[in-house]
Amino acid sequence: MPRKVSLFVPCFVDQLLPEVAVDTVKVLRKIGCEVEFREQQTCCGQPAFNSGYWDDARPCAEKFARVFQDAEAIVCPSGSCTTMVRKFYPELLKESPMRGDAVAAGQRTYELSEFLVRVAGVTDVGAVFPHSVTYHASCHGLRELGLKEEPLKLLHAVQGLKLVDMPRYDECCGFGGTFAIKFADISAAMGQSKVENVMASGAEYVTAIDSSCLMHVQGMLGKNKFKAQAIHLASILASDGGRA
Amino acid sequence: MSAPATRVPPADGASAHDHPQGANPEKQFHHDAAVKSADLVHREIIRKNMESYDAGHMKGRARFMDWDAARDRCQAIKREAINHLDKYLLQFEENVTARGGHVFWAATSQEARNYIRDLAVRHAVKTVVKSKSMVTEEIELAAALEKVGCTVWETDLGEYIVQLRHEPPYHIVTPAMHLNRTQIAELFRDKFGEPDLPEDPQKLVAAARRKLRQAFFAAEMGISGANFLVADVGAVAISTNEGNGRLTTSLPRIHVAVTGIEKVIPRLEDLATLWPVLATSGTGQPVTTYGTLVGGPKRPGEADGPEEFHVVLVDNGRSSLLGHPEEREVLHCIRCGACLNICPVYRHIGGHAYGTTYPGPIGAVLTPHLRGSAFEHLSYASSLCGACTSVCPVKIDLHHHLLHNRRDFMKAGHGKVGERIRFRLWRVAMLSPKLYALGGWLGRKSLRAIYGLGLSGSLLDPLRAWNRKRATVPVAKESFREQWRKGLGNSK
Repeated sequence: MPRKVSLFVPCFVDQLLPEVAVDTVKVLRKIGCEVEFREQQTCCGQPAFNSGYWDDARPCAEKFARVFQDAEAIVCPSGSCTTMVRKFYPELLKESPMRGDAVAAGQRTYELSEFLVRVAGVTDVGAVFPHSVTYHASCHGLRELGLKEEPLKLLHAVQGLKLVDMPRYDECCGFGGTFAIKFADISAAMGQSKVENVMASGAEYVTAIDSSCLMHVQGMLGKNKFKAQAIHLASILASDGGRA
Repeated sequence: MSAPATRVPPADGASAHDHPQGANPEKQFHHDAAVKSADLVHREIIRKNMESYDAGHMKGRARFMDWDAARDRCQAIKREAINHLDKYLLQFEENVTARGGHVFWAATSQEARNYIRDLAVRHAVKTVVKSKSMVTEEIELAAALEKVGCTVWETDLGEYIVQLRHEPPYHIVTPAMHLNRTQIAELFRDKFGEPDLPEDPQKLVAAARRKLRQAFFAAEMGISGANFLVADVGAVAISTNEGNGRLTTSLPRIHVAVTGIEKVIPRLEDLATLWPVLATSGTGQPVTTYGTLVGGPKRPGEADGPEEFHVVLVDNGRSSLLGHPEEREVLHCIRCGACLNICPVYRHIGGHAYGTTYPGPIGAVLTPHLRGSAFEHLSYASSLCGACTSVCPVKIDLHHHLLHNRRDFMKAGHGKVGERIRFRLWRVAMLSPKLYALGGWLGRKSLRAIYGLGLSGSLLDPLRAWNRKRATVPVAKESFREQWRKGLGNSK
């Protein structure tokens, strides 16, 4: 297992939900990793890429490749940003001189649960979370990276945690980046179905590997004044039972 | 007899290709999608119908020893067909012609429409029966035939229902999926003048059947689509569940099969995989109830079948996709509807909101190619969740093609000016960590101030589009990088 880990923090997590990154650091340190954060990093470029502005996304990808050129392992608490780096950079940078570096960096970039289970070989990180939790499978993690079992294995090992099933757990929450803004009505309707399913599960918490989905789910939970809370997987794994 | 009527405005000689419905399809889409996604009755009907499809589909897939291998096989067949489209279409034509059939190559909707209209006029056709065909919707055929005095009957039950409602099909496989039994009973009572018709599916079907039988016996022309065109035997393959396909293709004097050029497959034996995969993906059935192969007109000594057999091969923009290195595989589509059924956008806005012949993910990819830039917004109306790609029986990379479309549209300069400027500024900030951190700090400060004044979701809120539909976006006091600098980086 690589002992030295370089953190890649999604830009909106950095600015809006920093506790998710803080908890990621805690979890990685707990399993014995030395964590570094390269302050030259910004955004992976996905907003521009998904909107069709590949010429604006490309320099972000090249920058990522430069920033993380010599990083041994890059860990990101997001399946979506990891997908951008690993799955979409090769196509985006087809004709860029940085393509080789970007592809190599992509091979060393892991989503958090993927890193813990597949790379570090850890499923029990010693977390305690005495609550009922349901799991939402984020689209990019599930269908682009094939992460189906990894987050569940980690959740199963959390002391006191009761994992409950949710209807249509693998249906999109409706976030979709700029989709949530451009097609706010459709996006919110999808989010409404999602939070109704969360409530049908009866869980106190809904978790996922992506803060973007969770931000949307929390927004819809809040709008409905539903009691369940959205919480990132990293925050459950960092928990020692004291916080909730 | 209840007279069926046109569902779409008369085409006036222009093809759908250059004549999109409505003045601004994008505005119309936003409006209709907002209305439908807030319509809870609609959502409940679709949810119920889709859940029964989901269960059937999963059960159907489990019947295959290796579903994924079957998908691979279908993909390989369609790839071979599309890569050698010229060869297989000519082989198909040669075989049909040798048996006395006629093949007409239509470059546009208009050519296809005119050919069939002229045929109807030449034979003094008064009554036309149709079995289900999305291509006839695409080329707006019914309206053209009605203009020359034909009465056109949809004979697929779902199609007949939406025709009576003056609506286009809601779904490419199950056209009346958006209606429940009560609504259909009311419709039949009204249109058939039978106020006592009970809300009993069997009685309703029987009532429709009585009407449709009269039409079948009166019709001089039958129009069908094609699920596949089998090149090596020169036959049109049609799947139906109601037997209306067989009546349409055998009772009237003239049979016209109308279909897209991409429907050709190389060999009869390919149906052994394609037919069950299509049925499973479409409805969950092991095979569709009636599989019909038609290869020509009635031959001397034969009792049944049409005296004339015509196949109209419609291009209407398809061949331009052939030249597209990434997206030509969109022509592999077998129109099973699986991508519509799993799509969370489709499940919330329904089929009519798209305003296109082909809705859902396949429509979002295909329509801008077939009908031009007025439909580009459909490629954006997706969260890119990838559920469509995961179920496509011919493994079309649907959601990535949405990304390719978006890239191509922006490259062609179709983006809105304001958005283009915003992304350019965004790029400048993202390339400078200092500027990025400063921008983030300023943004958070002002958002916190706006929230503090209770103005979230108001016109002053830059996140209004988000906040008016959801609880407010959380805004941290300190960014992660600030916390890292202040000691998190050094702590253990």
